[in-house]
Amino acid sequence: MTGLRDHLPGRNGWFWLALFAATWLLSRYSWDIYKAYDARWIIKYPSAYILPVEARISAFMRWLVEDAGFGLFSFRDVTRFISTLIEIPYDFMRDLLIDGFSSGLGNAAVQIAPPLSWIAIIVTLVAMGHYARDWKLAALIGACFLYLAVFGQWNSAMVTLASVLIAVPIGSVGGLLLGIMAYRSPLFERLLRPLLDLMQTVPVFAYLVPILFLFGFGPVAALVATIIYAMPPMVRVTIVALHGVPNETRDVGVMVGCTRRQMMWKVIVPSAAPTLMVGVNQVIMLSLNMVIIASMIGAGGLGFDVLSALRRLDIGGGIEAGLAIVVMAIALDRLSQAFASRNAQAYAPGRDRNLFQRHPWLATVLLVMICTYLLSHVSPVLQAYPDAATVSTGAFWSDFMGYINVHFFDVFETIKGALLSYLLLPVKRFFVGIPWPWGIMVMTLIGWRAGGLGLAALTGTLTALIAMVGLWDKAMITVYLCGVSVLIASAIGIPMGIMAAQNDTANRVVGSFIDTLQTLPSFVYLIPVVMLFRVGDFSAMIAVVLYAMAPAVRYAAHGIRSVDPQLVEAGLVSGCTPRQVLWRIKLPMAIPELLLGLNQTIMLALSMLVITALVGTRDLGQEVYIALTKANSGQGIVAGLAVAFIAIVADRILSATASRMRRKMGLEQ
Amino acid sequence: MEKPILLDCRGIWKLYGAGAQDAYKRHGGALSSEQIRSEGLVGAVRDATVQIRQGEIFVIMGLSGSGKSTLVRCLSRLIEPTAGEILFEGRDLLSMTDKEMIDIRRRKMGMVFQHFALLPHLTVLQNAAFPLEVQGVPRAKREARAREVIELVGLKGREAYYPRQLSGGQQQRVGIARSLAVEPDLWFLDEPFSALDPLIRREMQDEFLRLQGMLHKTIVFITHDFDEAIRLADHIAVMKDGRVVQVATPEELVLNPATEYVGEFTRHVPRSKVLTLRSVMTPGAPEGEMAGDLPQTQRIEAVADQIEASALPFRVVNAEGDVVGSIGRQAVIDVLIGRKPAP
Repeated sequence: MTGLRDHLPGRNGWFWLALFAATWLLSRYSWDIYKAYDARWIIKYPSAYILPVEARISAFMRWLVEDAGFGLFSFRDVTRFISTLIEIPYDFMRDLLIDGFSSGLGNAAVQIAPPLSWIAIIVTLVAMGHYARDWKLAALIGACFLYLAVFGQWNSAMVTLASVLIAVPIGSVGGLLLGIMAYRSPLFERLLRPLLDLMQTVPVFAYLVPILFLFGFGPVAALVATIIYAMPPMVRVTIVALHGVPNETRDVGVMVGCTRRQMMWKVIVPSAAPTLMVGVNQVIMLSLNMVIIASMIGAGGLGFDVLSALRRLDIGGGIEAGLAIVVMAIALDRLSQAFASRNAQAYAPGRDRNLFQRHPWLATVLLVMICTYLLSHVSPVLQAYPDAATVSTGAFWSDFMGYINVHFFDVFETIKGALLSYLLLPVKRFFVGIPWPWGIMVMTLIGWRAGGLGLAALTGTLTALIAMVGLWDKAMITVYLCGVSVLIASAIGIPMGIMAAQNDTANRVVGSFIDTLQTLPSFVYLIPVVMLFRVGDFSAMIAVVLYAMAPAVRYAAHGIRSVDPQLVEAGLVSGCTPRQVLWRIKLPMAIPELLLGLNQTIMLALSMLVITALVGTRDLGQEVYIALTKANSGQGIVAGLAVAFIAIVADRILSATASRMRRKMGLEQ
Repeated sequence: MEKPILLDCRGIWKLYGAGAQDAYKRHGGALSSEQIRSEGLVGAVRDATVQIRQGEIFVIMGLSGSGKSTLVRCLSRLIEPTAGEILFEGRDLLSMTDKEMIDIRRRKMGMVFQHFALLPHLTVLQNAAFPLEVQGVPRAKREARAREVIELVGLKGREAYYPRQLSGGQQQRVGIARSLAVEPDLWFLDEPFSALDPLIRREMQDEFLRLQGMLHKTIVFITHDFDEAIRLADHIAVMKDGRVVQVATPEELVLNPATEYVGEFTRHVPRSKVLTLRSVMTPGAPEGEMAGDLPQTQRIEAVADQIEASALPFRVVNAEGDVVGSIGRQAVIDVLIGRKPAP
C-alpha cells in the first residue's frame, strides 16, 4: 500500500490536477490574455448583458407596497394587520418586563402598574430551572440573570428578552403548523423544501431589506425578520420528528379509533415532543443570534447596545453588552435543553394537599410577585435594581484591550501581515483572476464529476446566474474569503475533533469549548476581533473561522467515533500501531463524515461572512449591507440570492461526493 | 357444536409495489411467484383464507417475512389488502367507511403491539384510559375502568408511573390493559411477547392464559415461536412466503403436518405437550378393572403422572361422559420418550 504508485494520482486524480493547473494558468494570465486579444469580456462580464433583475425586484416591491390590492383590502393593509398582531403582545411583554403599564400617550401617560420587579423575574427563571432539571441549573440561571442586573444590563436585557419571548412562541408554533402540513401533504412538503433551503442559505441581511421596506423601521420589523430567520429549522425538525414516530404508535392511534385530529394532537405530536423541543431550542438560539442583526432595523435592547458600541468603536461598552447577550444565550439555551430532556417524576398521589404543596414553585413565584409589587411602594430597590450598586466593566475592558494593543501590537501585526501576504492575498488573486466563462465551465465540470448531468446543470446554471446579474467579482471575493476561512477552520477544527474522539479528557474540554462557541450569537465574534485587528479582510476571516469551526470539530469527532469497532480491532490484530490505526483505518472511513462537516463549515462561514461586511469586506455581504442602508430591495435580494447560490452549489457538490463515497464503502445503499 | 365464525377472511392478497391492483386484476387474481416477481411486486400475503371462531385463540405462526404481521394488519384494516374479503360478524369490513371503521375499532377491537407502543407522555393510568379518552368518555368513568384493567393485569399501585419507569414485561402488561379497556370482542395480539426475554415471556404466557380463562375473548395471536403457538392455540395457521400453509389444531399439526416445512417445526416438539388422550388411547370400551375416568381432550403432559402412578389403566370419556377408549402406562411412556405411539 505504500509503493510509489500509490502516491501518484489515479485517473481521477490527474483530471483534478489538470483542471486545477488550467484554472491557475488562466487566472494568472487572464490579464495578459485580455491585453493580448483586447477581449475585455474575458475578465469582466459585459455590462450590457447584465440581467435587469435588480430593478425589476425593486419595482415590484414598490408596486407591492403602493398599489397592490386584493379587492377589499390592499397589500399595505395586510402588512399593517400583521404589524398589529405582533405589536400587541410585544408591547404587553415589554410593559410587563420593563416599561410598566400605563394609560395615555407621551407626556400625558400615567403609569397604572409598574413592571415586574427584577427579583420576581429572577425568581421565576430560577423556579423554571429547578422545575426543568435541578438546583444546579437553577443556580446557573439565577447567576446569569443576576449578572445582568449587577452589571447594569438589566433594562436592555429585558427589552431583548421581551422580543425573544414573542419571537419564540410565534416561530415555534408557526414552524410546528407548517411542519404538520408538510407531514400531511407530500405535495406541500415538496413545495416547501426548496423554500426552506433558500431561507437557510440566503443571508439574513438580504431579507432585512424587503422587511424594512414592508414594515418600516422598528421593533415589529425586527421581530418579523427574527421569526422568518428562526422558523425554518423548526419546520425541518417538526417534519423529521413526526416521521420519526414509530409505526406501531401510529397503529395504536388507528386501533383505538382516533379521528384524524385526535391522531395528530393526541398521539403523534405528543410522542414527538422531545424532538420537537430540540427545534424550540433552535428557535431560541437563532432568535438570540438575530438580536444584534435585527437591531439594524429597529430592535432595541442589547443588540442595539452592541451595534452602537461597535459603530463608536467603544471597546468596553461593546464587550459588556456582548457578554450580556452571551450570558442570556447560555441561560436560555440550558433552560430549554433541560425542558427538552425533562423526565417527569412519578407523581405520588396524596390527598390533603393544598395549592402550595401541589405546585410549590407556582405558589412561590406568585407570592414573590405580589410581595415585591406591594413592597416596591415602600422600597424602590425591590422594584428596580439600584443604579448605584451596578458595576461597570466597560472601563476594565477598554484598559485591557488598550494594554494588549500596546504590548502585543507588533506580534499581532506580524501574524496579520504574514497571513495576509502568504495566504490571503495569493488566494484572493487566484479567485479574482479566474475568467468568468472558465469559472462557469469549471463549476459545471465539477458538478458533473460529483453527481452526474443533473448536478452539472444545476451548478452551471447557478454559477452563470451569478455572472449574469453582474456580481461575479464580488462573488469571487466571497468565495476566496470563505475558502480561506474554511481551510483554516478545518485545519484547526478537524485535528481537534480527532483528538476529542481519541481521548475522553480532550473530549470534555473540546466539547464544552465548542458548546460555548455555538451558543454565542455570531455577531459577538466580531467585537474582540475588531478590537485587536481593526477592520479588513483579516478581521473578517478570524471571526468567520471562530464561528465556523464548530461543525468541523463535531463531525470529525463523530466520524472517527462511529468507525466500526470491528475494523479497528481487525487493524490492531494485524499489528497496526495506534498511528497506523488512525491514518489507515479511522481517517479513511471517516471521510464522508468529514465532508459533511466541511459542508456545514462552509454554510456557517457564508452566513458569518455576510455579517463581517460590517468590518469592511468588499464581497457580496458588503453589497447586501449597502442595500440595507439604502433600503434598496432589489440590490439586497439579488446579492443575497447570489450568496445562497454559492451555498447551494457547495452543498450539493459536497453532499453528492459524500454519498458517493459512502456507497463505495458500503455504508449506504 | 362448533362456535360461530366471528371473523371470516377469504382470499386475502397484499401485494406491494407500483400498480399492484392492476397487476392483480390482469392476472385474474391468481399470481404465481414468478408473475409477482416479473411485475416487480412483493407478495406479502397471498391468497390467505382463515376463519376465526368465537372465543378461540387463533394463532398465526410464521418466521419473519412470512407475512403474518401484514395479514393481521389486513384483518384489522391497518393495511388495506389488495384483494380479498373480510367478514366481521357477518359484515364486510373492507367496504366500511372510515367512520364505520373508527366506530368498530372503538367498540369491538383491541390490539397489543410487539414493542408495546405506549404513549411516552402518559402515565400508566392515562395510557390504559387512552382508548376511552379518544371516545370522549368522562374522566372519572374512564379512569375507573382503567384502574380495573390495570388491576386485572397485576399492575395495581403503578398507575402514576410513566412507561419508561417500567420493565419490558410491565410495559406489555400496560399494553394489554389498554387493549382491554374497551372490552373488545376481537383481540389482536401482534407478537406481544417477542420483545421480552424468555423467562418473562413464559410468565406472560401464563398470565395471558389466566386472563383468557376469565374473559373468553376471540383472539388472533401472532408469533414466530412455535412452542408459544402450540402452548396457547386452539387453532394454528402456519404461514410461509405470504401463504397459509396449514390451518389445524396443534395436535393435528404435530400428527399430520401438511408439508415438509410444517414437519420441520413439529419434529422437535415434545409430543406429550400436544397430543390429547383421544389420539393415543386404545379405542373401544375397555374391560376389566379401571383406575378412573379421564376426559379425552386432556393433553398427555397434564395427566402423565397420574396414569404412570397407577397400576391400572384409565377410562377415556368424551364430553357427554360416554366411554370412548382406555389408556394405560405403556401408551403414556411411549409418548413421553418419543416412541411411535401404538396405533
